[in-house]
Amino acid sequence: MDFSAVRSRLAGADGRFYWRSLGELADTNEFREYLHREFPEQASEWNDPKGRRQFLKLMSASLALAGVGACTKQPPEAIVPYVRQPEDIVPGRPLFFASAIPLAGYAQPVLVESHMGRPTKIEGNPDHPASLGATDAITQAAVLGLYDPDRAQTTTFRTEVTAWNTFLSAMQSALAAQKATQGEGIRFLTEPITSPSLAELMASVLQDFPRARWHQYDPMSRSGVAATADTEPIYQFDKADVVLGLDADFLCCGPGALRYTRDFTNRRRVTDDNKSMNRLYAVESTPTLTGAKADHRLPLKASEIEPFARALAGAAGVTASGTAEAGRAWTADEQKWIAAVAKDLGAHRGRSVVVAGEYQPPAVHALARSLNEALGNVGTTVRYVPAVYTRPTDQTASIADLARAMDAGDVQLLVIMGVNPVFTAPSNLRFAEKLAKVGLAVYHGLYTDETANLCHWNIAATHPLETWGDPRAYDGTVTIMQPLVAPLYEGRSEHELICAFTQQPGRRTGDLVKEYWTRAFSGQSGWTIRTSDGQTFPSADAFWRRAVHDGFIPGTALTDGGQATPFKPGPPPSAPAAVTPVPVADPPADVAARPPQAVPPATQPQPPSAPSISGTSSGNLEIIFRPDPTVWDGRFANNGWLQELPKPLTKLTWDTAAWISRRLAAQHGLRNGDVVELRYRGSVAAMPVMIVPGQPESSVTVFFGYGRSMAGRVGNASEVSARFNAFLLRTSDAPWFGSGLEIVKTGERYLLASTQEHHAMEGRNTVRVATLAEYSEHPDIIHGMGHTPPRTMTLYPEHEFTSHKWGMTIDLTSCMGCSACVAACTAENNIPVVGKEQVSKGREMLWLRVDSYFSTGTAEELEHLANPQMFSQPVPCMQCELAPCEVVCPVAATAHSSEGLNDMVYNRCVGTRYCSNNCPYKVRRFNFMLYADWTTQSLEALRNPDVTVRSRGVMEKCTYCVQRINQARVDAKREDRAIRDGEIVTACQAVCPADAIVFGDLNDPQSRVAKLRAQQRNYGLLEDLNTRPRTTFLAALRNPNPELEAPAQRTTTGH
Amino acid sequence: MNSKPVSTESYTPPRVLEGSHSYKTITEKISSIVLTKHQPVAWIVTTAIGFVFVNILGVSVSYLLLKGIGIWGNNIPVGWAFDIINFVWWIGIGHAGTLISAILLLLRQDWRTSINRFAEAMTLFAVACAAMFPLIHTGRPWLAAYWLFPYPNSMSLWPQFRSPLIWDVFAVSTYGSVSLLFWYVGLVPDLATFRDRAKNRVAQYLYGALALGWRGSARHWQRYETAYLLLAGMSTPLVLSVHTIVSFDFSVGILPGWHATIFPPYFVAGAIYAGFAMVLTLAIPLRRLYGLQDFITMRHLENMAKVTLVTGLMVVYGYAMEAFFAWYSANAFETFMIVNRTTGPYAWAYWMLIVCNGLVPQVLWKKSIRTNTIWLFFVALIVSVGMWLERFVIIVTSLHRDFVPSSWGMYYPTIWDFSTFFGTIGLFVTLMFLFIRVLPMISIFEMRTLVPEAKVKGAEGH
Amino acid sequence: MDGQKPIYGLMAEFDDATALVEATKRTYDAGYRKVDAYSPFPIEPAWEALHADDRRVQLLVLCGGIIGALAGFGLCYWTQVIAYPLNIGGRPFNSWPSFIPVTFEVTILIASFTAVISMFALNGLPMPYHPVFNVPAFARASEDRFFLAIEATDPKFDRARTLEFMNGLGARAVNEVEP
Repeated sequence: MDFSAVRSRLAGADGRFYWRSLGELADTNEFREYLHREFPEQASEWNDPKGRRQFLKLMSASLALAGVGACTKQPPEAIVPYVRQPEDIVPGRPLFFASAIPLAGYAQPVLVESHMGRPTKIEGNPDHPASLGATDAITQAAVLGLYDPDRAQTTTFRTEVTAWNTFLSAMQSALAAQKATQGEGIRFLTEPITSPSLAELMASVLQDFPRARWHQYDPMSRSGVAATADTEPIYQFDKADVVLGLDADFLCCGPGALRYTRDFTNRRRVTDDNKSMNRLYAVESTPTLTGAKADHRLPLKASEIEPFARALAGAAGVTASGTAEAGRAWTADEQKWIAAVAKDLGAHRGRSVVVAGEYQPPAVHALARSLNEALGNVGTTVRYVPAVYTRPTDQTASIADLARAMDAGDVQLLVIMGVNPVFTAPSNLRFAEKLAKVGLAVYHGLYTDETANLCHWNIAATHPLETWGDPRAYDGTVTIMQPLVAPLYEGRSEHELICAFTQQPGRRTGDLVKEYWTRAFSGQSGWTIRTSDGQTFPSADAFWRRAVHDGFIPGTALTDGGQATPFKPGPPPSAPAAVTPVPVADPPADVAARPPQAVPPATQPQPPSAPSISGTSSGNLEIIFRPDPTVWDGRFANNGWLQELPKPLTKLTWDTAAWISRRLAAQHGLRNGDVVELRYRGSVAAMPVMIVPGQPESSVTVFFGYGRSMAGRVGNASEVSARFNAFLLRTSDAPWFGSGLEIVKTGERYLLASTQEHHAMEGRNTVRVATLAEYSEHPDIIHGMGHTPPRTMTLYPEHEFTSHKWGMTIDLTSCMGCSACVAACTAENNIPVVGKEQVSKGREMLWLRVDSYFSTGTAEELEHLANPQMFSQPVPCMQCELAPCEVVCPVAATAHSSEGLNDMVYNRCVGTRYCSNNCPYKVRRFNFMLYADWTTQSLEALRNPDVTVRSRGVMEKCTYCVQRINQARVDAKREDRAIRDGEIVTACQAVCPADAIVFGDLNDPQSRVAKLRAQQRNYGLLEDLNTRPRTTFLAALRNPNPELEAPAQRTTTGH
Repeated sequence: MNSKPVSTESYTPPRVLEGSHSYKTITEKISSIVLTKHQPVAWIVTTAIGFVFVNILGVSVSYLLLKGIGIWGNNIPVGWAFDIINFVWWIGIGHAGTLISAILLLLRQDWRTSINRFAEAMTLFAVACAAMFPLIHTGRPWLAAYWLFPYPNSMSLWPQFRSPLIWDVFAVSTYGSVSLLFWYVGLVPDLATFRDRAKNRVAQYLYGALALGWRGSARHWQRYETAYLLLAGMSTPLVLSVHTIVSFDFSVGILPGWHATIFPPYFVAGAIYAGFAMVLTLAIPLRRLYGLQDFITMRHLENMAKVTLVTGLMVVYGYAMEAFFAWYSANAFETFMIVNRTTGPYAWAYWMLIVCNGLVPQVLWKKSIRTNTIWLFFVALIVSVGMWLERFVIIVTSLHRDFVPSSWGMYYPTIWDFSTFFGTIGLFVTLMFLFIRVLPMISIFEMRTLVPEAKVKGAEGH
Repeated sequence: MDGQKPIYGLMAEFDDATALVEATKRTYDAGYRKVDAYSPFPIEPAWEALHADDRRVQLLVLCGGIIGALAGFGLCYWTQVIAYPLNIGGRPFNSWPSFIPVTFEVTILIASFTAVISMFALNGLPMPYHPVFNVPAFARASEDRFFLAIEATDPKFDRARTLEFMNGLGARAVNEVEP
């Protein structure tokens, strides 16, 4: 159809309809062609599927926007405090609402900043035990996900737009047909559920249809944890002096990471008074940020972790059942390692903890548990509590069972909620093919993705910021979600969807949740509701208001006596798969050890058509699967912020890469960006490789989440990158690692856009490192690593900063490089997404970057390091007192404020870029083109109204969140008082789970920042240039075990 | 006053005026180049080619203004690249003209007479090309154009006079206008000649207007010579100051490879070097094309070759000193800078530069080569390439790997970088050839003073 | 001279510089003051013979230079210290060393313009019309001929006697110059 036809068809349509129907229209080929004609000069960028131009232009073109004007309407339900206290709305002043952003069922507790009804920024919920004010990068990007016009927008049946009520009646009739067989043919496939109210709905459905089956599948499920007996460990690192990680990335991944990071780093805040810190040993199958923080790091193949754990247990005098061979004898170093660690653990009984990796098999978890028990850690540093999941399930087995049923044609009605199995299910299940055999498939999700495409009914899901909910956090704390806006599109919540299969469909989410907890307040379903200080609430209403206000229900944490989510579907459904673990739960370690043929055939329910897992596995390499640190399992692939967020360690953006060791690269003659073919158990995928120091020699790590075909305009893979899909290789019997991988160099090259090319420090001490021993012996060792010119070395009189003197310290001992601060900065400061092509040219716009170094020496030295130390260093603007950038600006567009900020005056900047050339820290960013999107309405709703949106040809940089400083100044003035220390919290500081960033007034000797700056491990980056940075770093201290590292060994050399 | 008798000692250098010429023949020879309907085919072809590139320049700049400098290869850390390289390169070339007119005048080098006119023209056009880049390199010249000059405005905002870029604005604009004055003042008597010789009425009016009614009165000549000498005296420090200030753009920065005290003299030498090379590049073909061998004699070419050789050695000394300081300072960043220049990803540029600026010009030690126009021409061309590479090395190589290793990057020029650069060369050639077409490329009245009869018998020298 | 139409003066035409200088000397010695010599290129002896030695250009250029220097530094100082002082990279408001380049350039700029403008002004140029051009032969004054003109307004000027005097100068021709 041509555009005039579109226009005529839309004539007289009102806003919502207008945009709703065109939303799908935007996907038709005609429309794409029309867009091509519309922006011919963009042709080049169009071909780059990740091109920023395509992202923005298509966003503006996709008429998702017309409706957005109507999006800032508050929802009809009463949410606190808006309806009851409209006087709280002060134009220009944001309101904060406690809510949660669930990931795989687990709540990430947040406070959402809302400007006049527009959610614009997410902060952590400081009162919530799982957050303490921190958030991770993925949660930070949720606001962009909310305004993404690519979201599924309405209910469709076979791609025809229909009404929700039509769906409801259709489901009722479908259910009626199932009555006879008690729902024999009904299957639900959802992510694991933690929400009590949703669980209750689910239970009631299963009550009505006892033979219906509920399958749960989270492709990133912590199979090791969940599949063991329904207990999971909750660690308390604040009590641990010695930590052993068995392939555990507990600082970055997993629902408890934020709290764990805070507790862990609190134990290593060395001050001049307190010179003690914990010690972390990490045994790893692939470099992780946790390993990077480790005082001792041992790279092993994933399959060697279990034998290692057994060996360690043996050394620690713990009798662990069963044996597994490493397939090789431990080297002398490894034996020394084991002995030393065992000794150290033994020396810290009750103050140590052994952490099993989420992606390690149950056996390792069992070993870790028995170690912890033997070491008397249980109850102090770790507690084993009932699972937070409503009904813990071996999820791989569960979806395998579903696949078998679908293949047998037993499934008449399949309801898929929040999962994208066509993309994420184990490849050997051939889920897509079998989905065709399902009578009626209903899909509920945020996007019209690969699975939605094959389902009859598509129900647009609400974004977490659009709906009510009560998911539980990692420790079981019930967390209340409240909608910040009415659904932008025709979204339906999970509650509403499941409700459609109950006797009274069509109930509202808010009512369902509130009603559940009102009943719970009255003591039903086993909950005991108390205030945080143990008192009882006067009324259910008071309780509910409190809960919604605080964002969580105190006392529901499993660690302090909260109960597991009740789930009573009446007669337990005779579902063999869901409850009893099937043999597939065999430790994949064994699989790796013995030839693949030996895998019990029972674990591969597959049609003859499927390639046999025992197929061609000539390779001798080990493959390791990991979720992508930014796009996770691909569900965030359409989020520009996350795509452009440099991934930890490699700093790669917009793409994935297979991690290989330098030795392996040399064997196959591979360079970064060479595309290799990955042959594993009969399936084939391709991926560009990246050489990562510290990667075990014979292991290849691949990350999920890329190669999506229907992610959206931002996330869709190109023809080339469609093959970069790790799910193609994943089989149901070895979800996280397996042997038999073969890599073949294809000779193709693929452009990897990384924001950091050089990971060696060239002996420049950008990160100053010392061991705790050295530091406590000579506290001035840190200063000795650089030279600070005396302040007298100037002819000029100095400028005095009499009022305030803003400064920041960043503790490199705490920082572990998770990059949440970068995401927060992006969200707070309206930083544009520039796209892969621009990033590859070195034009990323991130004001705050996190540098990663693998070596303090030269690049050549790094070549020879198999297991280098890794360092992360966040680098914002240093706000130099003698700023080199200011002196060279011809128009005074950057000048010093009276409080010592290095101000950037955007509308005075002419764009000579001299300031950036003269900035030794290279923290300035330039709008080489018009990066900011000035046309897309939905992005206007997203923007922070307190921050200028920069235009083309303008230099920009970190301002210490000057808008927040000014806000605090206004408040202080109005209340006629001085600005309190800690009143101003920069965006990066706010999210930091490690509490590594501290901002404040250096003129106030009592301020936290002033005290930290007085520490002897405080240093300024490139201080010898006499720039006098206001942002300073606290040196990275390591606490190595003297038995493993002689104190003499210094990784850094004096200047 | 600028007419010195050719010394009659044992060694008689080649004369600065070959053949037997009278006032009349000189006048006719030079003015005939302009006051004619016919132009050599070479002129038409060259101008046409130049004009094609002017259009390419127009397209490149328009696209630049449309999209921003993102169309170039510049990035962070390499914020400056072709834009500033070209600026410095052109400015350097633009030094020869004023230098020849002013300094050689003060040094009473009569051999300057036949080359100063088009050398000055070259200066003007080179400065015009150079001045473009500071304007367009922001991608928003409409801002650069009016925010870089001080003028009272409603926001009472002023330029920031500590920035070398502002010094540039003043230096380049002063240099441009003073060179124009100098050039025009020199032209006036010749314009009078054209006024009196032109057959075409329009030409008569135009030249007449430009000649301001010059009639060669002795009283006028007296003030004229005074003013001309003063101009020369002031242009000499000016011309030195301009490239000194351009070098401040770098030496005021803190970047290793920029922050060096040797930059001003080293840049000035480089400018003279590049300038003379360009004069040779232009003089040799023009001389052949218009049969000016009598006026631009071997002596001119040889002298220019010698100046090129000497300044070339100064530049090489600069390179050597940069390396020496890097080592002697024992500063890790400085040392790395040189190592990176000589062995890093852009080492090819550095070594090409050493060949072009360091080795090749050494052939000029040989008289037979100094007096061989073909050789001279190509040596001069190579020097121009070398000087461009010098700026590439200084700007790009220093920027791409500076202090913090994490922000090291690479720079790759785009098609638009090249089109803009070659566009300015086209502009330069076109302007040059138009000048040859409409104005005397050799100062006629000064040439007359070289005729033996011009010496007044009995008049004591001065 | 009655009945004859007034003239601007008399003009002798010479072939070379030496003759011109000779003639000029003699004319000056003969007491004529409103005399001018015209040549296609500068001939120092010629204006020495006329005792033409105007130093005002130098003086004006000096003044221009001084004004320029004050203006240049004044501009920097006033804008950076008085009008809109800003803390730029911790440098003092009066960063005088940084102001020197601009000061220098402005000095040269104004001085140079003074030199050229004052030169033309004192020469009375531009002058679209001048009687000497009425002599057809004068066209070659810009090429290869030399002229000496005595103005009628000279107190010593007498049409007949001056003509006689000039004929004695060995000129190739003597013409009357119409006003």
